[in-house]
Amino acid sequence: MKVTASELIDDTYLEGIRRDMVRFAHLQLRDKAQAEDVVHEALLAALDQAKDFAGRSALKTWVFAILKNKIVDLIRRQSRTINISALSSEEESLDQAFEAQFKANAHWTPMARPADWGDPEEALRQQQFWAVFDACLRHLPENTARVFMMREFLEFETTEVCRELSITTSNCNVILYRARNGLRRCLQKSWFSAGEQPC
Amino acid sequence: MLSCKDATHLLSEGQDRKLLLPEKLRLEMHLAMCKGCRNYRKQMSFLREACRRLGERQGEAGE
Repeated sequence: MKVTASELIDDTYLEGIRRDMVRFAHLQLRDKAQAEDVVHEALLAALDQAKDFAGRSALKTWVFAILKNKIVDLIRRQSRTINISALSSEEESLDQAFEAQFKANAHWTPMARPADWGDPEEALRQQQFWAVFDACLRHLPENTARVFMMREFLEFETTEVCRELSITTSNCNVILYRARNGLRRCLQKSWFSAGEQPC
Repeated sequence: MLSCKDATHLLSEGQDRKLLLPEKLRLEMHLAMCKGCRNYRKQMSFLREACRRLGERQGEAGE
């Protein structure tokens, strides 16, 4: 049976979905108040539409799709006033830490050589892993995280990310590279280093 | 001959665009000899998978 959004949402359910949405928006926007606002807008838009749903699962997917669009709008607006490719001291220190992993000939130092992370499923199954992953994402510098999230969470093609944020492709590549290396090192340090040592 | 640093650039960009054939060949040659960069490649896929799952976890139906 098909029902409308407002019929599916009671207070407890609303609070649950709202919390998930705020967490999702906060990861990307880095601003609690902005995250609350955009979620509020998305929920209102969702409830406002007299669309029918086959159940809560369909509703949630749809509400998150609205949220993603609202987040993108917000990022797009912000990208006009902030310089996404500007380097903060955080980005500079990430880059320095990255460079320190290589010898003068641009090969890995023995200490920094990437280790085997074993079976990925193993980590992904563990609840604690997600807390670490979340912390590592929040640890990325703001602009770096924004580009990375657009690419990996909002699942834009790289060309779209560049266009939306008005940055060049090579700049986009540099930022994504920085984000991935930062995350990689953070996960290595905070999650995987309990395992085998890099050889 | 690619350096490890060059290889990591290509491995990251490989997540965002199709690498050109010469790039692929040079990369594969490097990877064949370098365990560290092979691990790096697996780690890049791991990151993508983790992000995808995190998105699903947030967006998935749940009570």
